[in-house]
Amino acid sequence: MEHEEVRIRIDRDSDIVTARVAGRELASRIGFAGSDLTIIATAISEIARNIVLYAKHGEMALAPSRQSGRRGILVIGRDCGPGIPDIEQAMRDGFSTGKSLGLGLPGAKRLMDEFEIASEVGRGTTITMRKWLR
Amino acid sequence: MPVPILKQGGVLIVSVQAALTDNDLVALRDDLAEKVGRFRSHGVVIDVSALDVMDSFATRTLRGIAETTALRGAKTVVVGIQPDVAFSMTLLGLTLDGVATALDLDEGMDLLAAPIRRRGDDGA
Repeated sequence: MEHEEVRIRIDRDSDIVTARVAGRELASRIGFAGSDLTIIATAISEIARNIVLYAKHGEMALAPSRQSGRRGILVIGRDCGPGIPDIEQAMRDGFSTGKSLGLGLPGAKRLMDEFEIASEVGRGTTITMRKWLR
Repeated sequence: MPVPILKQGGVLIVSVQAALTDNDLVALRDDLAEKVGRFRSHGVVIDVSALDVMDSFATRTLRGIAETTALRGAKTVVVGIQPDVAFSMTLLGLTLDGVATALDLDEGMDLLAAPIRRRGDDGA
């Protein structure tokens, strides 16, 4: 189970569905159940949609994660899009450049246990999220 | 994949499937706005019980559907939001403000039947 990483190209809106279905499947294999599966799928959906909306093309990578005895799922969204000029602003609830409700990034952060964002203008954005089994 | 719209009396019934894409949702909104006029419907029930995810886009589009159909004279009821989905929408900070909701299709039909008896031509 340790090496089963899943990668999904994100180029169009139907890839968002593919990514969240794959995320739910992997999370279930890792041992997540019930509302955690929905929460993980929803966070994946938000991040994958951000790629489609702002970067057009990118990738979601999903993998089991293990850290100091804890097991969970690692979700990475990568793109080589325009990047986020002001991350603090993008992480504020309700902030949007007009294509969304402005809940995608802060919402995904609330859904997951760990959330990191690295972005460089003109180079792209990488979002790394983890959820741990309770 | 277009979402089928069924007509029952003065109500349009929509059952969305799990693999609903953003474009499907937007097409559904346009389709409903047109059919509400064509069938002179006073209500729309959208059954989302098959949906395992309601993210910010789906929520925004459902709100848009409700607002669009309201402007066309029909009330929209969203039914069948699953418990896990409701929980994760709450965490996300998503609300369906201004959109009627009901537990299931039957409750949704009741909600639409109760107060509205206008357009007296539907014989109900």
